[in-house]
Amino acid sequence: MELVKSDVRNVRRGRYTTPMTPLTFTLVTFGISIAAGVLGSLLGLGGGIIVVPALTLFLHIDIRYAIGASIVSVIATSSGAASAYVRERLTNLRVAMSLEVATTTGALSGAYVGGMIGGRWLYIIFGLMLAYSAIAMLRKRKELAGQDVPRDVIADKLKLHDSYFDPALAKEISYRVTHTSLGVVLMYIAGVVSGLLGIGSGALKVPAMDLAMRLPMKVSTATSNFMIGVTAAASAGVFFSRGDINPFVAAPVAAGVLLGATAGSLLLGRLKSSVVRGTFIIVLIWISLEMLWKGVRA
Amino acid sequence: MSDRTDKEKSRQVELLISNLLRIGVAMSLAIVLIGTIVTFVRHPDYVSSKTELHRLTTRDATFPNTIASSVNAAVHGQGRGIVMLGLLLLIATPVMRVAVSILGFVYEKDMMFVVITTTVLALLLLSFVLGRTEG
Repeated sequence: MELVKSDVRNVRRGRYTTPMTPLTFTLVTFGISIAAGVLGSLLGLGGGIIVVPALTLFLHIDIRYAIGASIVSVIATSSGAASAYVRERLTNLRVAMSLEVATTTGALSGAYVGGMIGGRWLYIIFGLMLAYSAIAMLRKRKELAGQDVPRDVIADKLKLHDSYFDPALAKEISYRVTHTSLGVVLMYIAGVVSGLLGIGSGALKVPAMDLAMRLPMKVSTATSNFMIGVTAAASAGVFFSRGDINPFVAAPVAAGVLLGATAGSLLLGRLKSSVVRGTFIIVLIWISLEMLWKGVRA
Repeated sequence: MSDRTDKEKSRQVELLISNLLRIGVAMSLAIVLIGTIVTFVRHPDYVSSKTELHRLTTRDATFPNTIASSVNAAVHGQGRGIVMLGLLLLIATPVMRVAVSILGFVYEKDMMFVVITTTVLALLLLSFVLGRTEG
């Protein structure tokens, strides 16, 4: 009886209106995830924020399974990218480790709370985060490192100041880190968002590092990527034990997003053309409205 | 201890972390792929039946959600168990990276960072308990 009831509920919500075989589903999900990975990598947003709307809006997958699958794909792409960045010595490991205390605490809070609030709220918060990310793409990143950086006792004590090798200038560039406590607060928030929505939330981590802590842009991108894997692992632990990581959904998503992201970074690098970027910003805002609408209507 | 050997030591730790991340991701995805193939081989109806999908993706779908049940399912040759082990290895990759970092800081005799990194590791292990406490 329960099963029949849930069937009726699902049909009423517009789920499974087009029956597929499990094989078709796996292949379609794999394909959509590759596309999400390519797009996420070209836009510099990461795969998670694209793949969750794709799975919920197109394939009508339960948002908790979409989020669980996304977080696993986030670990895969972030670990792959982090491996290369560590090798190139762009990552500031000490900054990463210090801030990971905040991001993992945030991720645990977010993932825990996400299990208690209704699915509609996940849609609404996701829609808002998507809108923020789209608008944040308009921001032109400015190099603030090195310009009279205020002294920070915590950064001194933790020895966070470092240097990296810039191949374009062919020299070692040293930099000083500041506002560590503000960075910690912002990273906690980034962690909460990551745990709630199953995304890497690099769109929050990167500005926290280049605007607040004054890390050089290349270093904050690399360090953010490095931290995303650990943050996502904290969320994934909660999702897994709660039963939100459905292997049937997560397998094609993890493989697809990783493949797509790798292809995206190899093929073209970041999208510079403002016309193309503008188009994508509009598309992202439209998807964000769709997610909001789905949450409000539910 | 000279500054130079310090730099070399931390470089060795960096390279170890880099390799660990790459190998972890590659191995886990290989296991996920094997698990997926096993699933379809064991369930030929998944290729043709249109009623099975609902059962697999609905909220009431059953699949392992503990390490023990994943291992158990994989040992019994179930594809979903094998996929789950692959995904667990993927989740464990950053966790292992943190563990290696602790060793690195011990090696560098940096107690402050040994404490910081151990805290992160403890939080990661806590995550596996936290999801279970919800009603």
